[in-house]
Amino acid sequence: MTIVALSFYLFAISALVGGLFTVISRNPVHSVLWLILAFISSAGLFVLLGAEFVAMLLIIVYVGAVAVLFLFVVMMLDVDFAELKAEMARYLPLALLIAVILLMQFTLAYGNWTWADKAIDSRAAVMPEGMENTKALGMLIYDRYFLLFQLAGMILLVAMIGAIVLTLRHRRDVKRQDVLAQMYRNPADSVELVDVETGQGLK
Amino acid sequence: MAEFLSTSFGAFVIIVAQCIAVVSFVMISLLFLVYGDRKIWAAVQMRRGPNVVGTYGLLQSVADALKYVLKEVVVPAGADKAVFMLAPMTSFVLAILAWSVIPFNDGWVLSDINVAILFVFAVSSLEVYGVIMGGWASNSKYPFLGSLRSAAQMISYEVSIGLIIIGVIISTGSMNFGNIVSAQNTSYGFFGWYWLPHLPMMFLFFISALAETNRPPFDLPEAESELVAGYQVEYSSTPFLLFMAGEYIAIFMMCALMSLLFFGGWLSPIPGLPDGVLWMVGKMAFFFFLFAMVKAITPRYRYDQLMRIGWKVFLPLSLGWVVIVSFLAKFEVLGPFWARFAMG
Repeated sequence: MTIVALSFYLFAISALVGGLFTVISRNPVHSVLWLILAFISSAGLFVLLGAEFVAMLLIIVYVGAVAVLFLFVVMMLDVDFAELKAEMARYLPLALLIAVILLMQFTLAYGNWTWADKAIDSRAAVMPEGMENTKALGMLIYDRYFLLFQLAGMILLVAMIGAIVLTLRHRRDVKRQDVLAQMYRNPADSVELVDVETGQGLK
Repeated sequence: MAEFLSTSFGAFVIIVAQCIAVVSFVMISLLFLVYGDRKIWAAVQMRRGPNVVGTYGLLQSVADALKYVLKEVVVPAGADKAVFMLAPMTSFVLAILAWSVIPFNDGWVLSDINVAILFVFAVSSLEVYGVIMGGWASNSKYPFLGSLRSAAQMISYEVSIGLIIIGVIISTGSMNFGNIVSAQNTSYGFFGWYWLPHLPMMFLFFISALAETNRPPFDLPEAESELVAGYQVEYSSTPFLLFMAGEYIAIFMMCALMSLLFFGGWLSPIPGLPDGVLWMVGKMAFFFFLFAMVKAITPRYRYDQLMRIGWKVFLPLSLGWVVIVSFLAKFEVLGPFWARFAMG
């Protein structure tokens, strides 16, 4: 077995194990940690495909940012495990039914799935000769599919604005800190030194 | 011998030997960095610092490391044991991992990959997990608060570090460290390096590096006056040693990044003098000295001030600089000053 094949099986198995334990793990924090293992393993699979840029982005975006936020939220949940298990036992028959139906649908769909001879070659964009992976990807995104890229950016922007609008509340009854006002304040305007005579007090 | 080294097993032996060489360089420098950090800090505060073990106290770190290793590992009763032990290991292994793509001289690199700088960025974005996992698994309030703070802090400053790096990548046209350094190799020596075209970003990167590695003045995850020691409270002996070693290795990593990205790596500052590995090590040591001085002379920031600087000052500045540099490089203002890729 070559090193490439060995690493493929290593990454593939750890991705599957990570995915499996994400689902069956009792503790939600452990689930997120297994999910991270699955992400990292799939990044390894991307490296084996020669797509190192996508692999690094997968780690930076999904593991470095998205999964941290997951972990952040899940860690602060006050989860009652006994109650969770009881819930799961209640919905198990329904879940099994859905799983069986899905499996049957997939079997039907893939059972008579055929493809043309050259379809496999045309799945991916052709890699230009003598060009790094990153450059080739850049040429595709910013040149050939520029409008789609802009469209994706617009969708993200709208989603971001929507999230901010949904969560932003202006509370007028709390005191807020105005950093600029603080910096421009002059000590002479706000503090007065008074020489108080003994027994007289301030007037 | 040469015959043996050309076989696949020989190649394996060479790779293992190179890995051991890099790791031992990092570990030995770690011992003296901790010593140097304490000595510099002591000198600023007019104390003597460690001076008992060995000549001038040089072996103090060795004694400390032995002490940590020989003590008993205490795991709190309510802790999640697997995650509790996993956290310091993650922290240490990831800190070492990033060194696999750092070149020390022309071609002196374990793995010369195209996306080297993204690899370093990816690994440093994973380092937050050691902190979060440690704080959560301790099952105690102060570590948990510390880890929540640091998760927010490290993510915030990663954003600006990423944008600063993009500026350098635009100038070079490559993400390989070798290419980034050779793009700074002009006939002007010191003044040809990236610190001059990317001057504002050099300062931003240094400050973001302080925040990213939880160094003072941004050491809020530890903040001993409020949180005892943050996520490290429940850790003792070797797990604690791993956390601390990981932290210092990450700091040294940031010093290496500073010298590679903005200060020409192994290039000599004076045209005519030979380039070499000594320049690289010297620059790294110099930036570590700056890190130690910052620790000694600045007071700790308040948490809301830290977040405000990260999101409302650094993010807009670095994002704006990416846009400006894109224009300057595209239209080759001042010739190859920003557009180093145009030199050929």
